[in-house]
Amino acid sequence: MQALVEKQRSQESVFDMSDPKEKTMAHTPIIEECPTLVLQGLSRHFGSCCSYCQDENAQLERNVCPRCGTVHALRNVSLELFPGEIVGIVGESGSGKSTLMQCLYFDQEASSGTLHLQSYDGGLHNAFELSSQERLRVRNTMLGMVYQNPYLGLRMDYSSLSNIAEQMISSGNRLVETMIGRGSSLLDEVNIPERRKTEAPRRFSGGMQQRVQIAKALSNNPPILLLDEVTTGLDLSVQANVLDLILRIRRDFRVSMLVVSHDLGVVRMLADRTLVMLDGQVIESGLTDQILEDPQHAYTQQLVYSLL
Amino acid sequence: MEAAYTLENAQVPYLGKERPLLSIEGLTKSFTVHAMNRHIQGCRNIDLAVMPGEFVGITGKSGSGKSTILRCLFRTNFPEKGSMWYDSVAFGYIDLAQASQRQIVYLRTHEIGYVTQFLNVLPRRSAYDIVLQSALETYGSKHPELCHSETEKMLTHFNLAEELWAVYPRTFSGGEKLRLNIAAAMIKQPRLLLLDEPTASLDNASKLKVRELIEQLKNQGTTMLGIFHDLEFMEGLCDREFNMQEGIMV
Repeated sequence: MQALVEKQRSQESVFDMSDPKEKTMAHTPIIEECPTLVLQGLSRHFGSCCSYCQDENAQLERNVCPRCGTVHALRNVSLELFPGEIVGIVGESGSGKSTLMQCLYFDQEASSGTLHLQSYDGGLHNAFELSSQERLRVRNTMLGMVYQNPYLGLRMDYSSLSNIAEQMISSGNRLVETMIGRGSSLLDEVNIPERRKTEAPRRFSGGMQQRVQIAKALSNNPPILLLDEVTTGLDLSVQANVLDLILRIRRDFRVSMLVVSHDLGVVRMLADRTLVMLDGQVIESGLTDQILEDPQHAYTQQLVYSLL
Repeated sequence: MEAAYTLENAQVPYLGKERPLLSIEGLTKSFTVHAMNRHIQGCRNIDLAVMPGEFVGITGKSGSGKSTILRCLFRTNFPEKGSMWYDSVAFGYIDLAQASQRQIVYLRTHEIGYVTQFLNVLPRRSAYDIVLQSALETYGSKHPELCHSETEKMLTHFNLAEELWAVYPRTFSGGEKLRLNIAAAMIKQPRLLLLDEPTASLDNASKLKVRELIEQLKNQGTTMLGIFHDLEFMEGLCDREFNMQEGIMV
């Protein structure tokens, strides 16, 4: 590393302060990184598109086509996620945040767009075009999802340990011993007391259910975690615990996360970068504090100035 | 007061010598508030160079655009025009105005520190944890012992009483919060430290402590760019100082 620095320095030693035109950005950064997830041009529409609304720049009434009535839940959404990075997604209800998450988790079919995952064959293939079996494998081994509604993510009548075991079985694990060991340590990690590990999540509080979901999502060591409104509806004290847990996971396991929330405070605490969505489109993206302190788009300004 | 090291006069004294750690050229920033259809001027045409190990102070009335410069450097504000060349270890000479978001995130964790008197941390974390967290971000969680020992060193170094270590900083006084902030920023060993009015709303005794602290940092060779309200405070502390009026450096 040091050698590289010196090499770069020596190359620039002819650098002349007097001519600003000669100053160019260093094109060979020493820190190069490869995104874990690249999403390009994702669209999701409900209804048969007409020739008018197929055009990317067509004017819609919010996200509905005025001619054919097709609902465009997502229009041309692109994003990159780097290792160990948390990207926040904010926007009002109905702006397409959850649809985006569900498309990424293959809960919904994408109408168009490409998704390349570093952990799946080095990002060669478009994950949206894989066979349904392959998609299931990607979803079970490389992605973890925490739903806003724990009923979607957990089997409420199975014990917490069984929930984790189920996820591990789906990725090919067959050893009861490993499953119990791993499940138990994960539940320790999210502060579920010993005697409640064998209890069904139905009898848990909302915060505990959310933490069991996080443990379940982490069970296969996925490189990418999708968190959909994890702290909505939790009281402030539990919320602080969950946020702390998320940051610790990021730090210790270098998991990349996509965090959807309409609580700007949560995004401020967690995310390095933030995307703002409106009517199915990403209207602004930037460093989180820049989005919050110096929003450029009119809608983002309205959103940020509504912050208590 | 010396003249600003603009391109024209920087050419002669610094040609062939060490190059500035940071040189700002023609930085302009204004804010547009869409809802009120207003255009607010932040700073205009700022030229400024900071040499390694130097402490440069900026003064001016509130609203004169001092903070805007620092915020642009930290990219909390998106610079509108101009360039901010920073001599980084990781990326070589880099224009902070055009650097990618990921590059800025990297620079923030490894090279550039930003200190205000306000704390922005997760609730219910002890002072010790906050500094430790900051250390872990930089050194990675692979060396926890190193992080713990560094944290202890930092907290002792900045005179934070040991009985406060396990306390939530919400209960701290302004001076204590500031020292905690500086400790959290300094543990990353930044090459460039931006100080955003660290002395505002502090009493005189605390100000003296901050002054000592800054002298300490200066002796350690940290390059600093700070903005201050009171001229007296800066007397004899800064290597160079600039005054701002209505968004222009005078």
